[in-house]
Amino acid sequence: MKSKYRYVLPEIQDLLATKELFAKAKSEPTRYSYADALLKLGEQNPHVVSLDADVSKSMKTTLFAAKFPERSFNFGIAEQNMMAAAAGMATTGLIPFANTYAVFASMRALDMVRNSIHYPRLNVKIAASHSGITPGPDGVTHQAQEDLSIMRSIAGSTVIAPADPTSTQMAVHAAAAYDGPVYLSFTRDPVPVLYDQAFPFQIGKAVLVREGGDAAIIANRDLVVQALIAAEMLARKGIEARVIDCHTLKPLDEKMVLKAAKDTGAVVTAENNIIYGGLGSAVAELLVEKHPIPMKRVGVGNTFAESGPYLEVIDKYGLTARHIVKAVNEVLKRKPSGKVPVQAKTAIRSRAKTKKPKQKPRAGQKR
Amino acid sequence: MIQAPMTVEELKHMAGIIRCDIIEMICNAGAGHPGGSLSAADVVTALYFRVMRIDPRNPGWPDRDRFILSKGHACPVWYAALAERGYFDKSELATLRRLNSILQGHPDMHKTPGVDMTVGSLGHGLSAGVGMALSAKLKKKDFRVYVVVGDGESQEGSIWEAAMSAAKWKLDNLTAILDRNHLQNDFCVDDEMPIEPVADKWRAFGWHVDAIDGHDMEQVVAALEAARERPGAPTMIIAETVKGKGVSFMENVADWHGKAPCQTEADQALVEIRRCYCEV
Repeated sequence: MKSKYRYVLPEIQDLLATKELFAKAKSEPTRYSYADALLKLGEQNPHVVSLDADVSKSMKTTLFAAKFPERSFNFGIAEQNMMAAAAGMATTGLIPFANTYAVFASMRALDMVRNSIHYPRLNVKIAASHSGITPGPDGVTHQAQEDLSIMRSIAGSTVIAPADPTSTQMAVHAAAAYDGPVYLSFTRDPVPVLYDQAFPFQIGKAVLVREGGDAAIIANRDLVVQALIAAEMLARKGIEARVIDCHTLKPLDEKMVLKAAKDTGAVVTAENNIIYGGLGSAVAELLVEKHPIPMKRVGVGNTFAESGPYLEVIDKYGLTARHIVKAVNEVLKRKPSGKVPVQAKTAIRSRAKTKKPKQKPRAGQKR
Repeated sequence: MIQAPMTVEELKHMAGIIRCDIIEMICNAGAGHPGGSLSAADVVTALYFRVMRIDPRNPGWPDRDRFILSKGHACPVWYAALAERGYFDKSELATLRRLNSILQGHPDMHKTPGVDMTVGSLGHGLSAGVGMALSAKLKKKDFRVYVVVGDGESQEGSIWEAAMSAAKWKLDNLTAILDRNHLQNDFCVDDEMPIEPVADKWRAFGWHVDAIDGHDMEQVVAALEAARERPGAPTMIIAETVKGKGVSFMENVADWHGKAPCQTEADQALVEIRRCYCEV
């Protein structure tokens, strides 16, 4: 049987339907994948310099510093100075990668990021680890649930949130080849290696990673894997969901999003970011103007999160596969009846029928 | 084209012309920052007409010395110096702050030939200068970086982040000039948030510190030229200045930080400036 998946490693495909994906899949925090890619870039391009702000051990940019000490600059705990200095370096033709956590990159140093980097369109790459609620245990001060929204709102910004280690490495090389500021968002906690080397990473081009015609799930960064798990859960109910890895939040791949909307008539976005101003907003803005259809956003609501193991925190705050499944079922119900696929209709009806007698086990699941 | 390097006498005369340009520009625009432009006029004149290695016909020359007006709101002085030095036609000065002008309300490196860094939000320029000076060291280039910092601006924490880093990396190719005019937007600097003892602070941060009268052209030139010869650390030149220097009714008046003179005030200012600087 032909696989519904594209670029997804066979072993991942096998694990998606099990509950053991995170336990068994080869995983890595994408901050480490970034550090590996930066090291390779350093070997290839003498203009690449690495700027740190006291989290070089955490981001493993110490690898670059050890190999290229003359091209590595640790500014200490001074993100504002690092960002504006990166801008100054870029005016002379260097390609600075400024490394810090997303809360500091997008908020502490935002004035420098806006006025000294983006306004003059300087060739600075902002490498932001701990993006979204990927630092589970660290708590709210280190959980950058707004970084993608903030960065998306800056004129001329390019914002990339890759889903896995493989695409992260590709994103870093693509960012280096692009002339202009790029914000790269990485995870603190490990995410599974999803893709093979054929993954066609291109800035601004989303990638269809699972075929399906009943609904489309458009996700980025660490929620792509949750979207893939959700698609498997839905498939068991006869609903085939298309999954799109929308790694570039800005510029949005409007063509692919519109095609998904037209093909499926029901769209769910999934992002580990507050629902204001991120991927859900970007997709909603596009669809409401060009092809309004039932849509639902999965993301952090109007709340701060809390400390806890990564997967437990994102589950409590509504960002895991089961929440995506729920959202897909909701949009399918809102689909104009003529357009609801027969399979999906049946699935919803059967769920509705079995709802009442299964009250107790549902409550048990929640716990 | 004006010949540089100029003698001290020629520089004094040019500083007068630049002061006149500042008054005319801001009066014409109906808004802008005359006080801090006038206080920095002598330092900026010395840099552009004597000290810096630049080529107005080639503003992007990779080996040029860089200048950053970190107190970007004082850009009329920068624009006037660039125009008088030949980076663009003097007629552009009349377009300051107008729609489609190459002269933005705060400096934009992509709109104005000769502007080496986009600035305006205070506390960025010295950091950008640190980045440029680090680049010069890495690329083994001998260009120098000059940054004018405001005394009010020195209340920004990022100035001191930049100060620490310049000393850490021994950026002796970086010279900063503190335009110590004692006034900021609201009130006196040392009432609003005191920065004294400011020389001791910079010394404690690991910089060479020089203190001069920022309106004595001989001292200005000597300090800027001496800074080139001091190895191992960046230099901070504390230039004691008068906000609104050259215009009697603007001098030491905080309200002239960000207010345009009307035509009558401008006319009086031009008479005073010409009498003081330009009667050679």
